[in-house]
Amino acid sequence: MRETVNESPVPFRGGGFRPIPVRGAGLGLFVLLILLIEWGTRAGWISKLTLPRPSDVAATLAQLYKTGLLWEHMVPSLTRLAVGSALGITAGIGIGVLIGLFSLIRAGLIPLVAALFPIPKIALLPLFVIWFGIDEGSKYALIAFGTFTPTVVSTYGAVDNVDRTLIRMGQSFGLKWWSIVRKIVLPGALPGILSGLRISLSIGIILLVAAEMLGAQHGIGAYILEAGSLYDLERLFAGVVILSALGVLTSTLIGLAEKRLLVWRN
Amino acid sequence: MDLRIENLTHRYGGMAVLSDIDLTIPEGRIVCIVGPSGCGKSTLLRMIGGLERADEGTVLQQGTPPAGCLNPLTYVFQDFALLPWRNVAGNIALVLEDHGLPRNDQHRIIADVLARTSLTDFARALPRQLSGGMKQRVAIARALAVNPAVMLLDEPLSALDAQTRELLMDDLVQLWTRQPFTAVYVTHNLAEAVRLGHRIVVLSRRPGKIREIVEIDMPLQDRHAGDDTLDAHQAHLWQLMRQEAEAADKELANA
Repeated sequence: MRETVNESPVPFRGGGFRPIPVRGAGLGLFVLLILLIEWGTRAGWISKLTLPRPSDVAATLAQLYKTGLLWEHMVPSLTRLAVGSALGITAGIGIGVLIGLFSLIRAGLIPLVAALFPIPKIALLPLFVIWFGIDEGSKYALIAFGTFTPTVVSTYGAVDNVDRTLIRMGQSFGLKWWSIVRKIVLPGALPGILSGLRISLSIGIILLVAAEMLGAQHGIGAYILEAGSLYDLERLFAGVVILSALGVLTSTLIGLAEKRLLVWRN
Repeated sequence: MDLRIENLTHRYGGMAVLSDIDLTIPEGRIVCIVGPSGCGKSTLLRMIGGLERADEGTVLQQGTPPAGCLNPLTYVFQDFALLPWRNVAGNIALVLEDHGLPRNDQHRIIADVLARTSLTDFARALPRQLSGGMKQRVAIARALAVNPAVMLLDEPLSALDAQTRELLMDDLVQLWTRQPFTAVYVTHNLAEAVRLGHRIVVLSRRPGKIREIVEIDMPLQDRHAGDDTLDAHQAHLWQLMRQEAEAADKELANA
């Protein structure tokens, strides 16, 4: 005779701890927040002094676009960001690779970079004005200097992390030093360099605004400063929205570059 | 070209890892180096190929490398060491690019080694798309491309599963039968050693010394898994290594 046995399925206890892409969640939260604020400002439980109504901010943005003022502010800002960060990032990658490759340069420069990194670059703006002039020069310099240090740090970290067995392989096949650097070290460091650029460019945008607040006729920073001093919240937020969009744009561009350049990754 | 290793001794921070190694690697033969883990066999191989400097002793090249040899001492690594950002053909091209060969010659060499390792259809594949066995085939093709005088294989099959290992052993035997090459083959797997080695050098545990050298005369293409003579050789090797391996095991546990 068969005994009756207690049967129950084995409970599942694996899973989790692994991020899976959820489409639209980011956008959804964003829209939800804006709708919430819109509702709050319309219903009156958010006062007009605390936050502007999102639809008013949108109207201000549309106005900016129609009057052509948007481009009047965007073009100088984008130029400053592009020139300044191109200078800073190029120098940063160059110095970072040198630190990664040469022990003497590493020993000399790492403490220097560590000393420069925490300096709030905005504090040096008056100095930059004297060194590079009140015009564009000082703004380029500020952005270049600000993007330089994080780029150096992420670049030499990336060079340090290049798989040494690949370098030994290159040496064992008698590759020239320059070939090893160009064909093994640099491509191997590229993922780290690109992810460092995300941080550098965000810092670049922060410094762009700071530079424009201290002496510019046009530019998003100047626009925001003006709006702030008039306590014009709609325009202030319109400027902030433009900055956020700029941040999302640079991050998207880097994402695209990663997709193009790093197809070899899993 | 022969290789002669004379009185090689090496220490890492006061601890001797290799002691008084004297060894000849004759042209056209495969010399296997076996020994318990930590006996310094990979260190020895790195010294043979000039990737590491020995404290004492020398490694001598006798004779001249074959004509058209681009890199006399060429490694095949355990972890393949393929550039993940280059496809199969690109990985092979990497070791040819510095030699100023005309583009046509490069293409010819790449096509030739890909054909010899049955990789022709995979020329455009990236390493991440390949299985471990295929990756090691690419690494072997890359080594053949420079027409080496001596191939230095560092546990080339140890990262692969048992079936793939069998297949690759057959491939190596075929390659050697068609065109004999000189090789130093480091492994801890005795089955590989008796299948591929004309001469098997048994190292003792740390500091590595040559314990015994076993010669196997049977032609490579006649050696098959389960062959009695080979099994006898393997049993003999295991007997030699067993004590060493046991002692080495305890050493690590105590450390």
